[in-house]
Amino acid sequence: MKPILLIARRELAAYLRSMSGYAIMAAALFVDGLFFNGMALGGEAKRSSEVLAVFFQIAGGVTMIASVLLSMRLLAEERQAGTITLLYSSPLRDREIVIGKFLSALVMLAIITAATVYMPALILVNGKISWGQVGAGYLGVLLLGSAALAVGTFGSSLARSQVIAALISACMVAALVVCWMLARVTERPLSEIFAALALWNRHFPPFTEGVVHLRDLTYYVGITYVALFGGTRVLEARRWR
Amino acid sequence: MIQVEGLSKYYGEQAAIRDLTFSIERGEVIGFLGLNGAGKSTTLKVLGCVLLPTCGRVVIDSFDLDRDPHEIRKRIGFLPENPPLYGEMTVARYLEFVAQLRGVPASQARARADEAASKTALREAMGEVIGTLSHGFRQRVGLAQALVNNPTLLILDEPTAGLDPVQIVEMRTLIRALRGAHTILLSSHILSEISQTCDRLLVIQAGEIVAQGSEADLAARMGARGVIELEVRAPAERALAVLRAVDGVAQAELLRQDGEVASLRLAAPADLRPKVVRALVAADLDLLRIDRGAAQLESIFLQLTQTKEPS
Repeated sequence: MKPILLIARRELAAYLRSMSGYAIMAAALFVDGLFFNGMALGGEAKRSSEVLAVFFQIAGGVTMIASVLLSMRLLAEERQAGTITLLYSSPLRDREIVIGKFLSALVMLAIITAATVYMPALILVNGKISWGQVGAGYLGVLLLGSAALAVGTFGSSLARSQVIAALISACMVAALVVCWMLARVTERPLSEIFAALALWNRHFPPFTEGVVHLRDLTYYVGITYVALFGGTRVLEARRWR
Repeated sequence: MIQVEGLSKYYGEQAAIRDLTFSIERGEVIGFLGLNGAGKSTTLKVLGCVLLPTCGRVVIDSFDLDRDPHEIRKRIGFLPENPPLYGEMTVARYLEFVAQLRGVPASQARARADEAASKTALREAMGEVIGTLSHGFRQRVGLAQALVNNPTLLILDEPTAGLDPVQIVEMRTLIRALRGAHTILLSSHILSEISQTCDRLLVIQAGEIVAQGSEADLAARMGARGVIELEVRAPAERALAVLRAVDGVAQAELLRQDGEVASLRLAAPADLRPKVVRALVAADLDLLRIDRGAAQLESIFLQLTQTKEPS
């Protein structure tokens, strides 16, 4: 556990010392705020719970994009700068490197997500909100972000360039998101598989409405685990090359 | 201390290193000599636990690389050709981070970082951000990170690459100062560096060890005579007569005479230098300079690397 925290702490400090960390945070909050004003608060009158649900849908979308941007540097930059040699020659397990990196990005994502809390607070000023819905919504956003970050970490392990890593990760996240479209044009059992794999369509909306299913929790934790496992295996394989 | 047996590393069908076998005793400074692409860096990366070998056995301090890689990693310090530095960190924070990464308890990390900084003359730069340092300082930080866990084996891959002449001398001095405290495996294709720093040489060519031993051993094996160059303040004829009488000197010749100073070259092993000095002092001649001939290692190296063309 100690090496994981050591790596996570260094990585988090690197986010906070660099412009990129603040730029991603600022851009995410700007887009969140913009869409919140336009889509959640604008238009005809809505119930507070509906406004909150729209807010979490916006936050979920922004989180996925932010996750790809946050994760692109995690392992690709280490390879690009040659610092991966330091990690490889230290008494660490490859999974500790991957988890440490992932955790730092997850904390960064949690900071960005926490900074959106003024938006539900604005709803509270003009109406009532269910704290259960707020809790479930934020849990959903973090779980979705965790899965997208893990996929991004896997993408980052595949490339030496951060731009290529971001492209690979974006493609993988997009592929998982559009699985629901494939589910509509295929027959069972493929349609069921695609529907179950969809990153957004089936698993995320219940959280925005304040409903937490074990199925959805398991799905996001599962995607996170599989993607991090993949990233670990890529690091292990690189020791042979 | 280090036992390498039948070590090979293949990239697909291509062998980067093939069936390397050698051993290194505790405290030795070993020069790993070879042309670019000969397999030096690959070998060092395998010994540094960065790459896994295709086959072969590596034992360091009785720990097997295959079974106890973590124990080995705790006992090595590795400076790759490009120092693995995080540009946004200060030197102090970076060294503490590396110390903890290599298993030093957090309570001792600062002390170890200070110790490594002292050994590499970095105390003044501890508060500096690494990204703002000059190339020479960055190389020193690279050396400090390799030392921070007080390793028994220090692996240095081309430590003077890209340094200017002043920085090369500084780095060489730093490495010499580490002699005795660590077993050092140093790779380079700069012959003078190897010659001045190392006890023993491993010459690698096309992924295979083509020779190993001290410079004198290799010279003897290759049939090459050593060369000693010296300057004396004396008439050339007198100096030549004294030197030709020294047992072991095969040939002595005058290179030039500048006023009272005669520059001479002897065909004799470099190890004969103390005997030559004693003979000159006994003859009451002023010795101004004595050195091994720079051409010796070069000629050995050329002979060794030309005997086997890279595949």
